[in-house]
Amino acid sequence: MMIRESAASMAAALASKEISAVDLANQHYDQITAVDKDVHAFLYLDKEGALAHAAEVDKKRAAGEKLSPLAGVPLALKDVLTQKGIPTTCGSKILEGWRPPYDSTVVTKLKSAGIVILGKTNMDEFAMGSSTENSAFGPTKNPWDLTRIPGGSGGGSSASLAAYEAPLAIGTDTGGSIRQPAAVTGTVGVKPTYGGVSRYGLVAFSSSLDQAGPCARSVLDTALLHQVIAGFDPKDSTSINQNVPDVVAAAKKQDIKGMKIGVVKQLSGNGYQKGVENKFKESLDELVKLGAEIVEVSCPNFEYALAAYYLIAPSECSSNLARFDSIRFGLRVGDDGSKSAEEVMNLTRAAGFGREVKRRIILGTYALSSGYYDAYYGSAQKVRTLIKRDFESAFTKCDVLVSPTAPTTAFKIGEKTNDPLAMYLNDIATIPVNMAGIGGMSLPCGLAEEDNLPVGFQIMSPAMKDDRMYLVGGALEATLNNKWGKPILDFAPNLAASK
Amino acid sequence: MSAISRDEVANLARLARISISDAELDHLATEMDVILGAVARVQEVAGKDVPPTSHPLDVSNVARDDQVVPSLTPSEALSGAPASDEQRFKVPQILGEE
Repeated sequence: MMIRESAASMAAALASKEISAVDLANQHYDQITAVDKDVHAFLYLDKEGALAHAAEVDKKRAAGEKLSPLAGVPLALKDVLTQKGIPTTCGSKILEGWRPPYDSTVVTKLKSAGIVILGKTNMDEFAMGSSTENSAFGPTKNPWDLTRIPGGSGGGSSASLAAYEAPLAIGTDTGGSIRQPAAVTGTVGVKPTYGGVSRYGLVAFSSSLDQAGPCARSVLDTALLHQVIAGFDPKDSTSINQNVPDVVAAAKKQDIKGMKIGVVKQLSGNGYQKGVENKFKESLDELVKLGAEIVEVSCPNFEYALAAYYLIAPSECSSNLARFDSIRFGLRVGDDGSKSAEEVMNLTRAAGFGREVKRRIILGTYALSSGYYDAYYGSAQKVRTLIKRDFESAFTKCDVLVSPTAPTTAFKIGEKTNDPLAMYLNDIATIPVNMAGIGGMSLPCGLAEEDNLPVGFQIMSPAMKDDRMYLVGGALEATLNNKWGKPILDFAPNLAASK
Repeated sequence: MSAISRDEVANLARLARISISDAELDHLATEMDVILGAVARVQEVAGKDVPPTSHPLDVSNVARDDQVVPSLTPSEALSGAPASDEQRFKVPQILGEE
């Protein structure tokens, strides 16, 4: 069995023909069969398509063709990216049964790298949430404790990694939806620089914030996947036409002597769980031992980031989600011949959208309406400028910034569903990165003493300097694994064996 | 005093083309009031001299070369439509009876 190995080890075993891509995919499907009835990471499995693709990779390898480094390694895809002919729901009833007629650029890149897409993972509806509880198809459970949330919106992707259902996954991050799920499941996730990975075929939530990125169980595996999906795409008008930084070399380098690491003063204290802060501080000590210099930096406007985010993201979503109009794709309700297009639209959107999505569309409609635009959306955009300036000033004093990824460890399913504001607080440390369009990584830095659940360590880099996160993350991961004697996921309960 | 009234929320739902029940409206109006109270603090910091940022990148009007590339066929484009007829999207009536 190879499912607990890293993607890099799987790739090496595939290259030396110790295992075939078909066998490797089947091992993962066996694990999915064994544990996913409890975890519910997947919304759809494309076993037939995945095994055919795996067989193709095996055939090419047998013929001696040159293959890309991750060829034959399986992956779990967040259900917000289109894959031709495969249901794409975004966790919403309004798209149930929709099969997109085209591949997203991320999927095109995965396919041409020979990566085997096992299926689509669960998420908060249209990526709005921090727990996957907003999925119309039921929540995903955290493999560390099935009564707890796996983070969100990309909880299906993070849980699939932690449950060894896939060694690689794709997430998307608008306010923390890659990093917070990584933090609470003891996995690694990266939100690349905005424009670093194409958004073509990523169903839009908040276009100026959305960014797809790689998720895995190690920093190196995340870098290998980052290298595959990043790069300029003429189909995305916000794609950056520059070379992708060498994130794989950075992940392997493990030398951070002399680097300046800034601790953001505002991302600690009130609201942060004691065990989270302790693990974060212990990790800072490790970075010092590795030769880095810690400096404290102040980003005073981060205090307003959450408020600004909950105006900007709903505003953009109210506009983006207007496309779900019951005309061109998706659900249509009440079309009995007696009702007008507008009535059918009203009924369809009422039936197709869940509570959180409706709440945000209506909030965004308000923030953009005349008379309130300047006070709400306009002010939020100004705060965005102030946050960008805070980052610019901080990065003159250090190479990367760090903080805890999330203020707490995984909370109980149902604990915050009736309090939107409490739920929004999960993203307090991750949102500033999206507002400024820079890079952010979360990697595990230990288990909180109160509950023995994983804590995430966030590293933030300036735009298009994504390699710096991998450099610091790779070094910290190596030293922590050494200290623990094994990777953090080895401390998690073994789901398959516990049955 | 509440930041937003029940009637205003009903009007927003109408503008957003979401039909909403009375019970939902009660709930939503309360929640919206709490959320707006929390997000209104963006007004505290940003002075007149601060320019707005709508986007993290300084890009505008990116255009591709004007070349013909393959696109969706009519049947692919209509593949997700709830109803279609003769290569067209079929929609409920858009004009009134009169």
